[in-house]
Amino acid sequence: MNLVAKYFGRGWLGLGYVFLYLPILALVIYSFNDSPIPSKWGGMTLKWYAALAEDREMLAGLWLSLKIAFYTACGSVVLGTLAAFSLVKYRRFKGRTLFAGMVSAPLVMPEVIVGLSLLLMLVSMQRWLGFPERGTLTIWLGHLLLGMAYATVVVQARLQDLNPQLEEAAMDLGARPLQVFALVTLPMIAQSLLSAWLLTFTLSLDDVVLSAFLSGPGATTMPLVIFSRARLGLSPSINAVATVIIVLVSIGVIAASYLVAHKERQRSRDLAAAQRGPT
Amino acid sequence: MSPAKRNGLLQRLMRGRTAVIGVPYLWLALFFMLPFLIVLKISISEMETVRFKDLIVYADGVLRLSIKLSNYVFITEDDLYFKSYLISIKYAAATTFWCLFIGYPFAYFMARAKATLQPALLMLVMLPFWTSFLLRVYAWKGLLSEHGWVAEALMALKLDGPLQQLGLIESPGLFMNTPFSLLIGMVYTYLPFMILPLYANLAKMDVRLLEAAADLGATPWVAFWKITVPLSKAGIIAGSMLVFIPCVGEFVIPELLGGPQTLMIGRVLWDEFFSNNDWPMASSVAVVMVLLIIVPLALFNKYQAEAQEVKR
Repeated sequence: MNLVAKYFGRGWLGLGYVFLYLPILALVIYSFNDSPIPSKWGGMTLKWYAALAEDREMLAGLWLSLKIAFYTACGSVVLGTLAAFSLVKYRRFKGRTLFAGMVSAPLVMPEVIVGLSLLLMLVSMQRWLGFPERGTLTIWLGHLLLGMAYATVVVQARLQDLNPQLEEAAMDLGARPLQVFALVTLPMIAQSLLSAWLLTFTLSLDDVVLSAFLSGPGATTMPLVIFSRARLGLSPSINAVATVIIVLVSIGVIAASYLVAHKERQRSRDLAAAQRGPT
Repeated sequence: MSPAKRNGLLQRLMRGRTAVIGVPYLWLALFFMLPFLIVLKISISEMETVRFKDLIVYADGVLRLSIKLSNYVFITEDDLYFKSYLISIKYAAATTFWCLFIGYPFAYFMARAKATLQPALLMLVMLPFWTSFLLRVYAWKGLLSEHGWVAEALMALKLDGPLQQLGLIESPGLFMNTPFSLLIGMVYTYLPFMILPLYANLAKMDVRLLEAAADLGATPWVAFWKITVPLSKAGIIAGSMLVFIPCVGEFVIPELLGGPQTLMIGRVLWDEFFSNNDWPMASSVAVVMVLLIIVPLALFNKYQAEAQEVKR
């Protein structure tokens, strides 16, 4: 690459990252803004955080969202791992194309369609069977559908990179399929399971559209609270919540990637040691 | 492995196999496929005061089938729906174009950066994913409102005049609730979805091809258009579909950043459902939306599958 292209490239990347991070930076900075006009800077204050601590609606929403996100992440990782396993290990089975399509469709399908169709089905189901009532459970089902698709992509990518000889070796040595999965496959895909869990957790914590369709009386998640306030205009309380979430998520992601990097180093050390053979 | 042992192993695997495939398969069939069929059914049923009529009614020894296609007739005749479908496609296409325009060079320079830097650059693209999408869209509201950082910067650069001439904003200095703010929000939100598949594609390209082209006398510019771009076709299509399809039905961004001129179909569906409580109409709107995105969806699935086959 010549010099012009090099500096052009650096400039393009730099501007791109500014574009990606500017809104996040603005959210955090304006959470400390002491001004009657929300978009104009007027000095430092912590009053929005104090107000947040008193904000019953927001805190109740946060608690509900965290609960739903936790169950969504757990369910998505289980279903996503099964789906990824089916797609990677079994190259041929009846209806595989349909299955692959159904797994990846929620990734791109507009959420209004997924939300509407799932709601209409649950309403029909309730009419016939008397359950489920619209509320936490139905929101969870919707998030699970979306989360499963993302979890499948993450786990599938990892499973495809695995060396199948390790599993075959374990089977040759007499391990049963379940043992192979638990003792050989699982440890190797553990970090992708962790990233899938974190990704689906944050997806669920963030979702507006599915929650709006599927929620019932008394089940107002935090994004629904934020969304209804944001529709009315700028509200500094949102900035304060945003900053809290950004800090928490950053800590989570940094801790997780540190953990993963640490495990990875250890694994490559172990592999190197195994290849050197007994000394 | 002896044949007998192999057979036993295969049998055991088959039994596990049914469960492994069956659980997610059934789950998706029940909660993804079936709901669509129900939407299709409801879109052609008549609305009664509170609930919609059953399609097939058995009464007085007569089986009655009532299908109502008037919703679809209404959609094709009423200007509102037709216009909002057009507007949705227009903005989805514009968003895809700008994401590609910004994202392609971005992914290209990422893929050609020092190998040691690449994981960090990639991580920096993915990190915004982890912070709430809703909050990042909301942040643009502040940035583009009066006195907001971006609004001030655009004014200082005297860019509001040209934007007005392009019809993207209505009056100088007012950026919120215009086609401009909607586009910014959509491009911002979907840019990583364009960059990631493009990067994955460009990073695995064989650089020796470019060297060969240079040896044969091609300028870097020619080599880029004749080699790099054609080779990244799968990435371009995957990224474009990943942006275009969800954009067509986007609801949150038009609601928060768009204005009266930008009534997209996601908002129409939402209003039919939540404000008018007309479920059959909302279902019809959804069915027509699915028809709009079915070709891009098929393209996406094809290239997604191809990309995975290449990887193996």
